[in-house]
Amino acid sequence: MKVKSPLEVYNYLPRTNCGECGFDTCMSFAAHIIDRSVTPLDCKPLVEEAEKNPKVKKKLEELLELTAPEIAEVVIGVGENAVKIGGEEVLHRHELTFFNPTGFFFDVWDTMDDKALEERCEKIVTYKKFYVGKYLTLDGFAVRCTSGDPKRYREVVKKVASYGKPMILVALDPECMKAALEEVADQRPLMYAATEENWKEFLKMALEYKVPVTLRSKDLNVLKSMAVTFKQAGVKDIVLDPVTEPLGEGLKGTFERVIQLRRTAILGQDKDVAYPIMVTPIAAWLIEGDEVTRSYWEAVIASMFIVKYGDIMIFRSIDQHVVMPTITLRANIYTDPRTPVQVEPGLRAINDPSPDDPVFITTNFALTYYTVESDLTSGGIKGWLLVLDTGGLGVEVSVAGGQFTASKVKELMEETKIEEKVNHKYLVIPGLAARLQGAIEDETGWKVLVGPMDSGRIKGWLESNWPPKE
Amino acid sequence: MKKFTLEEFLELLKKYNVEEIEGVKIEGDLEIELEGSSIDLSAIAPLYSMLSEFGNFLYHANMALGYLQRLSAALGIPTPFAAQPQVAAPVPEAAPAVEELKLPTELVKAKFEPYKEEYPSKIEEVVLGATKADGGSRDYTITLGGERSLAFYTFDAPQPHLPAIAVDVFDRPPALAKAVRVHYGDVLDNPAEWAKKCVKKFGADLVTLHLISTDPLLDNTPASEAVKVLEDVLQAVKCPIIVGGSGNKEKDPEVLEKAAEVAEGERIMLASATLDMDWEGIANAAKKYGHVVLSWTQMDINNQKTLNRYLLKRAELPRNSIVMDPTTAALGYGLDYAFTNMERIRISGLKGDTDLNFPISSGTTNAWGAREAWMKDSPIEDDTPWGPRELRGPIWEIITGLTLSLAGVDLFMMMHPVAVAVLKEVFNTLGGKVKESIEDPGEWIFMEV
Repeated sequence: MKVKSPLEVYNYLPRTNCGECGFDTCMSFAAHIIDRSVTPLDCKPLVEEAEKNPKVKKKLEELLELTAPEIAEVVIGVGENAVKIGGEEVLHRHELTFFNPTGFFFDVWDTMDDKALEERCEKIVTYKKFYVGKYLTLDGFAVRCTSGDPKRYREVVKKVASYGKPMILVALDPECMKAALEEVADQRPLMYAATEENWKEFLKMALEYKVPVTLRSKDLNVLKSMAVTFKQAGVKDIVLDPVTEPLGEGLKGTFERVIQLRRTAILGQDKDVAYPIMVTPIAAWLIEGDEVTRSYWEAVIASMFIVKYGDIMIFRSIDQHVVMPTITLRANIYTDPRTPVQVEPGLRAINDPSPDDPVFITTNFALTYYTVESDLTSGGIKGWLLVLDTGGLGVEVSVAGGQFTASKVKELMEETKIEEKVNHKYLVIPGLAARLQGAIEDETGWKVLVGPMDSGRIKGWLESNWPPKE
Repeated sequence: MKKFTLEEFLELLKKYNVEEIEGVKIEGDLEIELEGSSIDLSAIAPLYSMLSEFGNFLYHANMALGYLQRLSAALGIPTPFAAQPQVAAPVPEAAPAVEELKLPTELVKAKFEPYKEEYPSKIEEVVLGATKADGGSRDYTITLGGERSLAFYTFDAPQPHLPAIAVDVFDRPPALAKAVRVHYGDVLDNPAEWAKKCVKKFGADLVTLHLISTDPLLDNTPASEAVKVLEDVLQAVKCPIIVGGSGNKEKDPEVLEKAAEVAEGERIMLASATLDMDWEGIANAAKKYGHVVLSWTQMDINNQKTLNRYLLKRAELPRNSIVMDPTTAALGYGLDYAFTNMERIRISGLKGDTDLNFPISSGTTNAWGAREAWMKDSPIEDDTPWGPRELRGPIWEIITGLTLSLAGVDLFMMMHPVAVAVLKEVFNTLGGKVKESIEDPGEWIFMEV
């Protein structure tokens, strides 16, 4: 973003403090444009006025240009499943945050038999991993043309499109690509890829079908030349693939190319390479070795570039030992470091509990809370969950650091009036807080039971420990 | 009601810088009725939308102007614009824009000039272990640090030492995930054999001996007793050694001081000194017997600065005798905090903060605390099944370590042999020590399974 101060933005706003955007003042709205939690298009009066008034429209366009992200943002797909990639501002997440999580696309190919294709597509669209209060999912398909037959490719692309997820069309042959685009161009797939050999045809298709296009070259001079050529011809939605080499010096070279591209775009202000970057961990399947070796290496390549500037990726393996670590890493790296991950302290009733059901306690660190809450909920456990304000720290750290103490537990129990809601005086504390057992008993007069070290084991623990034997 | 004339319209076009309006067009009667007596800004809105709609067969503001000029000439209205005779009459139905565009036949030649980044400072070099020549009995030493760039950015500056891997050994069997335990089942009761296995079978660069039995809540082994195991381990293996306590703030200084004494001259690392214990005692022992101190803080860059400064200024520990542990959280369980904290520390160090330019150590074994690493399957009903945990566990440790290596970690304390091997391969690869490459990295585009 070219502007750094809310003041610079403020001058472009209506300055009426109408509050329609949800902020009290235009200045406050301006500050949120700077931190990118809103865009100028969230100012309704400004947008409405711009529709009527070219002068205002021009100002709005200027403002959009000034507040545009350093790295171009590219949308793949349409509707609610569309994936936004790029749009980044910084090289290190602590400098602001990373914005659009790496797009995860999974490979299917047109020489698969129909049944295998359906099974694979089904697995990809139904994938779910619970994490911090929501489910992580996969973004879309990379449909490879392995048949070399435009007709077959078109058929398969059509079939895959019916799953409603965004697609990368992987075909270097312009005939095949064209056949697929005729079928699904309105789904806004990403073309993969224009190369030094086929770029003229791909440029023509990018313009004709108005779809985003990947440019692929190991030589960054060629890559930049292609980007300049495409841009000058009127293509806006460009993705750069500096070629993922999966092994040895090749992988080291890939690491260098990806970093150089992003760093030169942001610090070197080179707008000609300020596009999202494609990385293809699937290339790990070219190395020698068994399935586990290759899939581990695929996870390694993906992780390297989730941390370092990969905006979109093509994967082969949908095995959990590849997907789970990488999708979790993506969630971690793209978590906004500016917002504390805490939940409201207090009392939660889980699964409509009765006064006979157990009382648990945990901390208000979002990750801890959602883990415990979802374990109880999905395990069908009825109970009362006390959420202690530890300033967003987990159990182990807050017990050691003095944010999880017996006196704070007592306060919370009084505030939430838990003793009026149950007909017993048993509190289950996390196994990691075992050392507070005596202190909490002394402080509250309740009997304290030490639960398991991991809330995933509460269910089994309750079987032998609840109701308590006295 | 006011009539809006073509002349006024043209004035407006001029006023609003019409050459910047792309795809401008016009059709129909140019007389537009407007409410109000004067032309305010909103007055041109209908015109503007008309201009946009007309855009199906004119691309360019200039063409629109040409059209207007001919139109106005026909109507006998003088225009402020010069005639533009080159513009042909508009075609009512235009072919798609693409056909009209002249596509380039050659690439526009552009040169990519990578941005270069240089940092003014350098990370301290810290040597672990001492060979005979230096008064110890190790076969080799390990040097940490020395970076002048971000990790593996060898295109900015050469990286003199790749990260090292230490494997954990405990003086009594600890709680271990099954996938880890199977590799140590035969040595759990024998720390010296355990250490040997780490070095000989699992390729450990160093061994970390954790004297957890000294914990008053466990065996409460006296310090003088506990360090006998250290002596055994020093005998059994000839790699540099790290010694850890039990994490008990009262007992650890005593244990580590005793360890420093019995390992005199071996340049071991004492793990660790923290702000809420007698860090001074540990630092003094390190100074006296020639060891290194691991300065451990809980994910707080300011506390890390404070503790390092105490060690440097108050305890007067030499600068080449400090390694930092800013705390490792597992993938999925706070790794983002750990990563960013370490990355900030490393960048500060490179930029010249002399309280922070020390090598970084990571307790990567913490990755096994994540349930995804060890639990049989997801406790969440709607989750896609988690697959075999034997495969999930090691990769959890690998990705935790790999991520932190990119933040700048110099020393990894680990446990699973596969994780050790894979991470080593990663470091050697990014460090430029693996020569082999794949000839055609584009083959995946066409490959059939």
